[in-house]
Amino acid sequence: MSDTFHSSTPIYSQLAERINKQILRGELQPGDKLPSVREMGLQVNVNPNTVQRTYRELEGMMIVESRRGQGTFVTENQSILQDMRERLKQEEISQFVASMHEMGYKNEEIESGLQSYLTKNKEEDTE
Amino acid sequence: MIQLEKVNKRFMKKSALQDISLELTKGKIIGLVGENGSGKSTTLKLIAGLVRPSGGSVKVNGNPVDRRIASQVSYLSELDDYYSFYNVGQTIDFFAEQFADFNKEKAEEIRAFMKLDPDAKLKQLSKGNRGRLKIVLTLAREVPVILMDEPLSGLDPMVRDSIVKGLISFIDLERQIVLITTHEIKEIETILDEVIAIRDGRIIGHHNVEQLRIEENKGIVEWMTSIYDRSIN
Repeated sequence: MSDTFHSSTPIYSQLAERINKQILRGELQPGDKLPSVREMGLQVNVNPNTVQRTYRELEGMMIVESRRGQGTFVTENQSILQDMRERLKQEEISQFVASMHEMGYKNEEIESGLQSYLTKNKEEDTE
Repeated sequence: MIQLEKVNKRFMKKSALQDISLELTKGKIIGLVGENGSGKSTTLKLIAGLVRPSGGSVKVNGNPVDRRIASQVSYLSELDDYYSFYNVGQTIDFFAEQFADFNKEKAEEIRAFMKLDPDAKLKQLSKGNRGRLKIVLTLAREVPVILMDEPLSGLDPMVRDSIVKGLISFIDLERQIVLITTHEIKEIETILDEVIAIRDGRIIGHHNVEQLRIEENKGIVEWMTSIYDRSIN
């Protein structure tokens, strides 16, 4: 979690993205408590105000919920987490495809390239 | 919380600040950036009541600033001129006697966080540990305004990191405002709410940092470079 942030993109959204990935990877489970705003700030060297904004943002997306006097928790609503999983996948794919198109690759090339890459790297995935 | 209105400052015939107007509200960490001699330190000293404006007004919490403002302002000087025959613990005790708002428990907590040995003699402290001690002394005061002049300057990366972490841990953003002058923008940019750029005694930009990233897709360094260039032309 100590990787640095890009200085030219909003920190609050970069942090939100990191937390989303932790949820996707299962490092943060549904119902888990997030670190307090200050603890999180300390972990990632970020202003507590910015962490607060990240939490608010995630709360708006219903990915986390804050419980009065207790802290902020990952939602236990599976359909929201499933939606997030799907949305982030689509986003990543569309970025990848866009940059492949930018370099002039055709859809068939992208498809076959991806297929053979995944086959070649199968072992890693099943580890 | 801090208000500067049309402030001018001259030293002898030399103009140090010209027409500075600022309105800063609590709950924020604000960076004051600019070249050497641009007027950053003078701005802090005006707010700390250490320097009087030649024109205009400086107010903290609605009150015009004079020497008595020290009861509301904790000021970390660029210099470290503490009593070298004291040790760390004695220095903390000394500060506790000087300032009614000094929270000794908090000082103790920050000292431990900074891993400073209370028995270490000041004259034997490394430059880095003197920098850490300054943070202990500055942040242990329960005052609305914290002013830090170059807290990271000349310190190695590990010390700078511990200072940044100290700020995150011990500033009370519900109640305090922190104004930091710095050259080390990279180190500190993730903890700044706002940034103010000064050039030749004038404010050439004042921005919310996240807003800068959202609207202009710029980090502080890129932003500074672009406005510095613009202000030359």
